[in-house]
Amino acid sequence: MRLALTDVQMGQIRAHCEATYPNEGCGILIGRAQEGIKRAEMVLATGNGRESSAQRNRYSIPPEEILAGELKAEEMGLDVIGYFHSHPDHPARPSEFDREHAWPWYSYLIVSVTQGEALSRRSWQLREDRSGFDEERLVVAAAEIPKGEAE
Amino acid sequence: MNTALIGLKIPAPLRAYTDQQAIVQVSGSTVHQVLESLTGQYPRLQTHLLGEDGKLRSFVNIYLNGRDIRRLDGLRTAVSQGDKLAIIPAIAGGQIKEGRWLDPSPR
Repeated sequence: MRLALTDVQMGQIRAHCEATYPNEGCGILIGRAQEGIKRAEMVLATGNGRESSAQRNRYSIPPEEILAGELKAEEMGLDVIGYFHSHPDHPARPSEFDREHAWPWYSYLIVSVTQGEALSRRSWQLREDRSGFDEERLVVAAAEIPKGEAE
Repeated sequence: MNTALIGLKIPAPLRAYTDQQAIVQVSGSTVHQVLESLTGQYPRLQTHLLGEDGKLRSFVNIYLNGRDIRRLDGLRTAVSQGDKLAIIPAIAGGQIKEGRWLDPSPR
């Protein structure tokens, strides 16, 4: 499975992760999965529901925001295809804590933010047996310019 | 209580166990009965939703008409015809304090 985002969407994710630094930032990816590729159509930045003292290295998406994301996806005829979160001053690789809390099928996009700058990003999918993650190919492409705006 | 027939919304990760259906028709007069109706149709869902003690797993949320059932009457919450019921994943994680990272195992 691959995860495809536009450069605009990736920019939104980067901006949110840098704005929430030194805490973990997080959000929802809405799109569709077809023929081996999950294509994001919308990025929803969310709050971090963990207590302030824990947000440096923990995140949880408030359940009401997850529900809102599911409803938004349904309204658009799409699905929640995954989630993103940041690792401040740590690599964009899933931790044991990430594994313990992950769901299969979703794309988990992790952004490494070092000294306030988002430097790397990698996407992962939990194995069905929950033993670990497989990295999935992340494709970031230029967003299409709407017709009439190309001039 | 009257038994209701309602559509239960299934999140994407669990649709592998519901023949890819995003909405499953279930019946019951409480959330617990609705889940029994669901797992009766799709037995493989049981371990993903309920622990061995029969309680809802901590990373599974169920919303009735936009309200978390844990703030209502839990699995005993009554449901009625026309209600909107949804299984919503709890999403959490984060880096750990002392660098134990998962390196993907070679497959």
